Amino acid sequence: MSSKYDVLVIGGGNAALCAAISARRGGASVLVLEGAPKFYRGGNTRHTRNMRCAHDAATEILTGPYTEDEFWEDLLRVTGGQTDEVLARHMIRESKDILNWIVQQGVRWQPSLGGTLSLGRTNSFFLGGGRAMLNALYLTAEQLGVDVEYDAEVTDLVIADGMFLAARLKRPINGESEIRATSLVAAAGGFEANIEWLKQYWGEAADNFLIRGTPYNRGSILKMLLDKGVQEVGDPTQCHAVAIDARAPKFDGGIITRHDSVVFGIVVNKHAQRFYDEGEDIWPKRYAIWGRLVAAQPDQIAYIIFDSTVVTSFMPTLFPPIAGQTVAELAAKLELDPAALEKTITDFNAAVRPGTFDHTILDDCVTEGITPPKTHWARKIETPPYLAYPVRPGITFTYLGTRVNTDARMLMADGKPSANMFAAGEIMAGNVLGKGYAAGMGMTIGSVFGRIAGREAARHARN
Amino acid sequence: MHGTQILDEADRLMTVCNSCRYCEGLCAVFPAMEMRRAFSDGDLNYLANLCHSCGACYVDCQFSPPHEFNVNVPKTLAVARAESYAAYAWPQALSGAFARNGLVISIIAALSMAAFILGFAALNDRSVLFGVHTGPGAFYRLMPHNAMAALFSAAFLYAVLALVMSVRAFWRDIGPAIGGRADGGSIFQAVRDAGELRYLDGGGVGCYNEDDKPTDRRKLYHHLTFYGFLLCFAATSVATLYHYVWGREAPYPWWDLPVVLGTLGGIGLIVGPIGLLVAKTRRAPELLDEQRYGMDVGFIAMLFLTGLTGMALLALRETAVMGPLLALHLGAVFALFITMPYGKFVHGIYRFAALVRYAQERRSEGGS
Repeated sequence: MSSKYDVLVIGGGNAALCAAISARRGGASVLVLEGAPKFYRGGNTRHTRNMRCAHDAATEILTGPYTEDEFWEDLLRVTGGQTDEVLARHMIRESKDILNWIVQQGVRWQPSLGGTLSLGRTNSFFLGGGRAMLNALYLTAEQLGVDVEYDAEVTDLVIADGMFLAARLKRPINGESEIRATSLVAAAGGFEANIEWLKQYWGEAADNFLIRGTPYNRGSILKMLLDKGVQEVGDPTQCHAVAIDARAPKFDGGIITRHDSVVFGIVVNKHAQRFYDEGEDIWPKRYAIWGRLVAAQPDQIAYIIFDSTVVTSFMPTLFPPIAGQTVAELAAKLELDPAALEKTITDFNAAVRPGTFDHTILDDCVTEGITPPKTHWARKIETPPYLAYPVRPGITFTYLGTRVNTDARMLMADGKPSANMFAAGEIMAGNVLGKGYAAGMGMTIGSVFGRIAGREAARHARN
Repeated sequence: MHGTQILDEADRLMTVCNSCRYCEGLCAVFPAMEMRRAFSDGDLNYLANLCHSCGACYVDCQFSPPHEFNVNVPKTLAVARAESYAAYAWPQALSGAFARNGLVISIIAALSMAAFILGFAALNDRSVLFGVHTGPGAFYRLMPHNAMAALFSAAFLYAVLALVMSVRAFWRDIGPAIGGRADGGSIFQAVRDAGELRYLDGGGVGCYNEDDKPTDRRKLYHHLTFYGFLLCFAATSVATLYHYVWGREAPYPWWDLPVVLGTLGGIGLIVGPIGLLVAKTRRAPELLDEQRYGMDVGFIAMLFLTGLTGMALLALRETAVMGPLLALHLGAVFALFITMPYGKFVHGIYRFAALVRYAQERRSEGGS
């Protein structure tokens, strides 16, 4: 006889815990299977810091209103329209109450962190960061009587006719190697840490990707679900990816490997050539395109080049910039062609038009006569030492996922809703995010759909 | 590179933390860190003494061990803090007292108590030492009041001098406040922050000590200990006024102000240190500065001993053991005074100075 729960939650991050708590509050018995050891519990939630929720008025920690319509317009812009409007609008509406609900689950907010003022109106920050948020959710879940197992890797799902029956375990729990449950919530993340899977779509370039978060998001649950007839959503090459320091560890470098300095300089590839407008828009609106831009460059490497006048204009970095007294010396340290880098910088400097620099607005410092142009914040790079950060694509999470409806219920390949399978978080983010990203949305998707999935899973178990 | 390994490590961590900043809402350390992009020895010693060791940033950190970034701010700053006590000690010749502090404190305490016992025995008849003394001036039949006052004033003044000189060296080393503005308001703010242990609360939910749950009670025990100490100090001060201003000699009746203050303080000095000691033994090893275990325990034990001997003296002052108990109590208090500049006591002084500096920096930031 295998053990039987009302709701089985696979995964251990924000979406999983919101689902577990919401199902437990709905009266269900709940088991959470977290594949990682306790320290690494919570997937990428460990590395997050805020959540984007709609709100009609300023709060204690948010500086002004952020309406549903404005949120929707931001989402429309970053995804280029590749989103499911019904689901997205539902998520945005529900996000308003999440601001309060998540506090009732023990999570505490704080005002926007130093160096992130541009997010102060739209994004609520977790006091102590994502791991503090997780600790609070786990504490609440345990106090409510949710069972949690760590190092609990699921090797197979037993699914018949769109109906979840049981999960098989690599390592037995209390002597059981199979867990049956009335409902399933899959909240086990994307497949960003599975380099072999990434290679199916990216080829050898994927070897040069760095994974910003947990090494445990290998997409095994996603793969099982898709193989067993759940409808797929999203472009497999789409993901949230940013440019991070090339010296970062392969996995789990987290927030501190990012660079905010792109707008203050130029970015060149291994041939010392610029390839994109570094001043296209305010940084928080554009940071998420640079992962893909660098991924498209030869050997998936690029260099942010700036000079000593701007070193204090952005957040301090984990890795120090590489410095040279001359452009040629810097080029040599970066193993770039010195003549090519000198020409790129000379041409760039010659193209810079006079203007009034202000990094907080779309200022009038522009270039003329070069391709690509730098359309804001263009200033000459001429004060030694010359400085550089090497950057590579840093994958945060992938968008390929399971299709769901507004109840977070998975849809099967034939379009019919599953009887008892729900999904939340990265594993279904592609429903909302066809491409692109805006800060804090991953957590919104996790909390909103986690809460819904838990509620609906408990409702199904009751009936 | 810094002068010591621990400062190098603290610098590494502050560089990691400054590029993350998730913990800035937890306490004063991280906002103070954010005002800087590079860290001198003085900066790091300032941050180390600003840290109250609540443990929240360890539990909340995604990079704490076993992560390869190996971020352990509470422990690193605890070691740096302890090393700063030795670095700023006055005179420097005595800084070695911090190295094996538990042993030093125990030896001095034992010697001090033995000296009072032997001194009493040598200078008094057996009949006086073990006699029953009551009424005004009872204590002074064993040791003349003027001798007592002179000895303890000298010990106390020396402790004050050594502490002032030490904290002066610290204050100079941490450099001018960022945005520098010294004013009375900053001191008032620091008194409030220290008085309520504002930063010993894990950012609002409570502190961490034995595991990843905020169930720690050190704040309560520290309040009992600290306010117990202050009440005892107040009791002594009031008694001194009674003696010199009104000519009223100890011992005083149980309802009189010095005894009431001393009794309340004594209870705090017994319960508080026991609580702190138990918390210390239960502290999670990853947060504990094992090398300083002796220093921490030594100071807690001295406070406990002072409270215990004082309360015993109060309870048994009209019996034949009053003489030996008075010797023990005076020995404990004397040892406490002379070891103050060379033991855990200094944590309060340096932390207060760091809180003043932090209040200055916050006020100038707000004003600019």
